[in-house]
Amino acid sequence: MHPLRQVKGEYVKGMLAKGIREEGRGIFNYRPIKITHSLLPNAEGSAQVEIGNTKVLVGIKLDVATPMPDKPDEGNLMSMAELLPLASPEYESGPPSPDSIELARVVDRGIRAAGVIDLKSLFIEEGKVWSLFIDIYVLNYDGNLFDACTLAAMAALSNTRMPGYEDGKVVREGNLAKLKVNNVVTSCTFAKVGDKMVLDPNGGEEAIMDGRLTIANDENVIRAMQKGLPGSFTEKELEHLIDMSFEKSKELRDIIVNSKSD
Amino acid sequence: MGSSANKPELIVNGKRLDGRAFGELRPLKIVAGGLKNAAGSAYLEWGNNKVIAGVYGPKEALPKHTQDPEKAVVKCKYSMAPFSSLEEHNRSGPNRRAIEISKVTREVFEKVILLEDFPGSEIDIYIEVLQSDGGTRAAGITCAAVALAMSGIPMTDLPYATSVGKVGDHMILDLNKIEDNYSDADMPVAIGPRNGEILLLQMDGTLTKQDIKEGMDLIRKAGETISRLQREALRAPYERISNKYKN
Repeated sequence: MHPLRQVKGEYVKGMLAKGIREEGRGIFNYRPIKITHSLLPNAEGSAQVEIGNTKVLVGIKLDVATPMPDKPDEGNLMSMAELLPLASPEYESGPPSPDSIELARVVDRGIRAAGVIDLKSLFIEEGKVWSLFIDIYVLNYDGNLFDACTLAAMAALSNTRMPGYEDGKVVREGNLAKLKVNNVVTSCTFAKVGDKMVLDPNGGEEAIMDGRLTIANDENVIRAMQKGLPGSFTEKELEHLIDMSFEKSKELRDIIVNSKSD
Repeated sequence: MGSSANKPELIVNGKRLDGRAFGELRPLKIVAGGLKNAAGSAYLEWGNNKVIAGVYGPKEALPKHTQDPEKAVVKCKYSMAPFSSLEEHNRSGPNRRAIEISKVTREVFEKVILLEDFPGSEIDIYIEVLQSDGGTRAAGITCAAVALAMSGIPMTDLPYATSVGKVGDHMILDLNKIEDNYSDADMPVAIGPRNGEILLLQMDGTLTKQDIKEGMDLIRKAGETISRLQREALRAPYERISNKYKN
């Protein structure tokens, strides 16, 4: 590790042990969150989410495709994440890293498990369905990509316009109906540093965290979880964080619902 | 998850399709050793899953930029053989699912191996799924733990893993393929039995906090059996030798 980062890490760790975070933030508080809707009109849906200095962009595209052989009456949902080299000095170009694959798959699992999109509604005709692509672009990394990307994907889906399909052609312009969004899922990511746990870790905190736990839920139930990094959790900690995730997800849901541009 | 129209009944007359009770494990057999070239290896049959794990190292970490001057790095590759599933031929090589499983598996062992004992080196864990029937990541972790122990690499614990899921109102243990495909939720978990810490936790579907508590109880209870079979497997090769020289 770079010596300067090591020094900073030890400082952050020492402060966290006393329950103190940068900018006086509470251990279970989010940084300021900002959502910008529909900033890319060429995409069927788009949104940018900022959590503190973390900035991610999601674009939604829909294409006509053949259905999966075992699900002939359902459309496809595909999520990809790009940790762009411009987002952090740590990121490099190249094939998707395990981190980016995990990120995309965890976001995807939350959205899928919560039934946000009814895949049957993406059926067009025998042998033809819509493929819905959720492409996640990480523009600036400062921790907690999981929550930022889930928020951005939810926001982008909520402003997505369904293209039409007429005479074998995709119609992407004109007066298009909105994609039907059936549920709102959000995720809360906690970092464990020593035996301290904090919500919404920033980049400095993620650099020194031992373990990470992401819990995605809707209003009533848990829809997805993912533990990351070697650090372990006790069952008591897990239960505490589940309670916290239900409490904090209310804020996130409010932010999404209130952010709607149209 | 169970969205498909032709969803089968997973529980009939209070029993699961393969006749198991809700909290019952599939038959599990673990054999330590088997691959002479590996520093440690193990083979496992868990229901219809057949998994082999091999460990190499500690050895110099290559390429050099992967080295950590303070501790060993763990490299883990989980992979499913192209002929491993009942369905069509899989493409060989890691897909996105395998890359994610390799990552979370690596993180389990990074927690329990005494990495600081081997600065600059790497420890390779290879998990090959030869036949799959649901729960292969749990089978792979349980198997690799035995392989690591066989290699003599010092560890603080011998992790095990299994999964729970939900069908209707019931939490069920150790999901097979069809249950995995059509249950309402799936939650694979790895535990360090020494202090009960959670080393791997993933979940998708629909669960309440109470479901998760019930599921963890099922996992810990089954863990006693899994841990015992792991330890018996590790003892077996030495018992064979000592029996040979008895009387």
